[in-house]
Amino acid sequence: MMLEAKGLTFSYRRGSTPVLRDISLSISSGERVGLKAPSGRGKTTLCRLLAGYDKPQKGRVLLDSRPLREYRGACPVQMIWQHPEMVVDPLLRLGETLREAGEIDKRMLDELHIEDGWLERYPAELSGGELQRFCLARALRPSTKYLLCDEISAMLDLVTQAQIWHFLLEEAERRGMGLLVVSHDDALLKRVCTRIEELPFTTL
Amino acid sequence: MKNGNRRRNAAVFLICAAVILLAVTASGILLEEAAVETDFAEKNLPPSNRALFGTDWMGRDMFARTLAGLSLSIRIGVLTAVVSGIAALLLGIAAATLGRKVDAVISWCIDLVMGIPHILLVMLVSIACGRGFAGVVAGVALSHWPSLARVIRGEVIQLRQAPYILTADKLGVSRLKIVRRHMLPHIMPQFLIGMVLLFPHAILHEAGVTFLGFGLSSEQPAIGVILSESMGYLTTGKWWLALFPGAALVLVVLLFSVAGEYIRRLADPASAHE
Amino acid sequence: MEPVLQIKHLSIDFTRYERGTKRRRLTVIRDLSLEIYPGQVVAVAGASGSGKSLLAHSILDILPHNSHVEGEILYDGTLLTPERIERLRGSEIVLVPQGVSYLDPLMKVGTQLRKGKKDPGTKERYRIALNRYGLGEETEELYPFELSGGMARRVMIASASAESPRLIIADEPTPGLDAGTAGRILGHFRELADEGAGILFITHDLELASEVADRVVVFYAGETIEEARAEDFADVACLRHPYTKALWYAMPKHGFKPVQGSQPYPGQLRSGCHFAGQCETCREECLERETIPLRPYDGGRVRCLYPKEEGQV
Repeated sequence: MMLEAKGLTFSYRRGSTPVLRDISLSISSGERVGLKAPSGRGKTTLCRLLAGYDKPQKGRVLLDSRPLREYRGACPVQMIWQHPEMVVDPLLRLGETLREAGEIDKRMLDELHIEDGWLERYPAELSGGELQRFCLARALRPSTKYLLCDEISAMLDLVTQAQIWHFLLEEAERRGMGLLVVSHDDALLKRVCTRIEELPFTTL
Repeated sequence: MKNGNRRRNAAVFLICAAVILLAVTASGILLEEAAVETDFAEKNLPPSNRALFGTDWMGRDMFARTLAGLSLSIRIGVLTAVVSGIAALLLGIAAATLGRKVDAVISWCIDLVMGIPHILLVMLVSIACGRGFAGVVAGVALSHWPSLARVIRGEVIQLRQAPYILTADKLGVSRLKIVRRHMLPHIMPQFLIGMVLLFPHAILHEAGVTFLGFGLSSEQPAIGVILSESMGYLTTGKWWLALFPGAALVLVVLLFSVAGEYIRRLADPASAHE
Repeated sequence: MEPVLQIKHLSIDFTRYERGTKRRRLTVIRDLSLEIYPGQVVAVAGASGSGKSLLAHSILDILPHNSHVEGEILYDGTLLTPERIERLRGSEIVLVPQGVSYLDPLMKVGTQLRKGKKDPGTKERYRIALNRYGLGEETEELYPFELSGGMARRVMIASASAESPRLIIADEPTPGLDAGTAGRILGHFRELADEGAGILFITHDLELASEVADRVVVFYAGETIEEARAEDFADVACLRHPYTKALWYAMPKHGFKPVQGSQPYPGQLRSGCHFAGQCETCREECLERETIPLRPYDGGRVRCLYPKEEGQV
């Protein structure tokens, strides 16, 4: 399986300087690609394009040579965001959010140390680390083939960071999942990735 | 903490307001007969223990007339606010979710209706619908939905881009489920508040258009009718004919708008820190 | 020498509404004490959402009104009252905030820095300050959205340094910056400290904290659990609290080893040691005690009954 981006160009407003210009990238199953670039160079934008949240002005995102947008139901490419509190509905108990797209493997909850009590709480009552683990459990459904990690541990303490990455590496290994890891932390990228790419500079 | 539990105070106020409004509405319905009963032996009495708000030139009890008028106003207000609220909800969501063309059409309608002065539109629609109860309700309902629809459209457009909604969509949660579970609960506070704040507008416009003679018929004891009839008697010193019904109308309107603010305090998630 | 800033047993509570009318008091920072001497950089390190920014806001007295503060904050040996901080902030005590969002988006950088003053003296002072951080005159004519992340940080440092402050509070000045830029920004702070200012450096990045600071205060579940010298981080044996050790082992360069469990949310704390759920050397006594006091230990401070025990490798 192969996730490919071909010649992606994207700007937030029509006519403005593109954030990304002619970016190509491919990730095969089981590969862990690190992505490094200074801030404001469109790393998050690239993740959003690859996960299908935004449409590029030019270029295509292909999964197994099929446009990603043609896949129905749960998307095989999932993204984990830097700020987990933004991707959970603040008015719903976490359990409801977790189960709305189908049951979650109990093993996943155990391995991520998600306690049953958390699922009865509202997002504002959990710490960032707890929420991020919750988001991982939610994104790692059986159909997920690629995971895009946008600075997922930047705001967490080192212990939680290490926990999350250990789990993710094991899980990626087990199911032959492809990872895209965005981080500004070189040590982390070296530790986690099989290949590190640098995003070419665009003139601002 | 020096300030008390503001949410509890708000809840207590809301319950009191609801009880008062319900009591006024119910007693108004019961007093409808008394409001039109004439007694020429007791006409033009100033307020006293026997007739709390005095009587008019036909000996009708002004207290009964005021309550009946308020009751009618509240019923019309509730009905029109609900009708235009639901229209606003549906049109607002439709504009925000059904694509650009639908949005353009609905937005054009919003601008059109908002471009015409309310009172003029209410009068026109009311006349076109044959005046009376139906005419007033249709007029007020048709002229009051756009502002709320615009608010809801904006909310939904913003909500559509919220990361948690995008994520739910990517995880394969169906559109309908997203609207029901993630969107409705978030626009509910805005919607409820907007609807409650429509009441005072609706009531005032009803009274206004009736006062001008384009609304409810003069047999009905509506506040607008009472006020317009009493105009002729004010110069002869019968101040109570206009003062009590007018003041009561202002009080009811105030009650509704303060209630709207308090509902916001209770329902808006962002007020958790207030 | 007298500390420029001294915080004694600071606690910050919030009252917030749960669903409906139920009110709840949430303690975000509990029993925090620290001193900053002139010329010193003191780092406060803790996970995001652990209430570190509130520490900065409580010193500057800009906390939201539903908060409640206990404890004492002394500046120059005297109590920092609301009237006093109002006079001092912006001149002797300055904040370097997290990002561009703290700048007025509709005001040019220059005008904003000078706070509207137009006399040549002020202009010259800010020109020199910007210059010092590699920002030319043209920067003054830019709007905040035109600044890159690194430039925005430098603008804010320039703004702080132009007033020759005695206490600088830097709230997460580095996230989102690449290593090179972050290093340069921290170098600027070090310089300001060497010129005699006291610096409170608030960050979630322990590695960075140990590189730039003289002393590091480690936060766990709203409490200070350790105050260490920066050099202590060179060797895990010098660290006092099991959590700090766990952090050390979890650094990518030191083995990337996690311990189990997670930091409790402030509203869900039990009595006894809050780290108990994650501690490998936890004993019964740690759970039975009502609270674990923060006490001086080996040149620093620690909130642990049995510090420096080797329980994990």
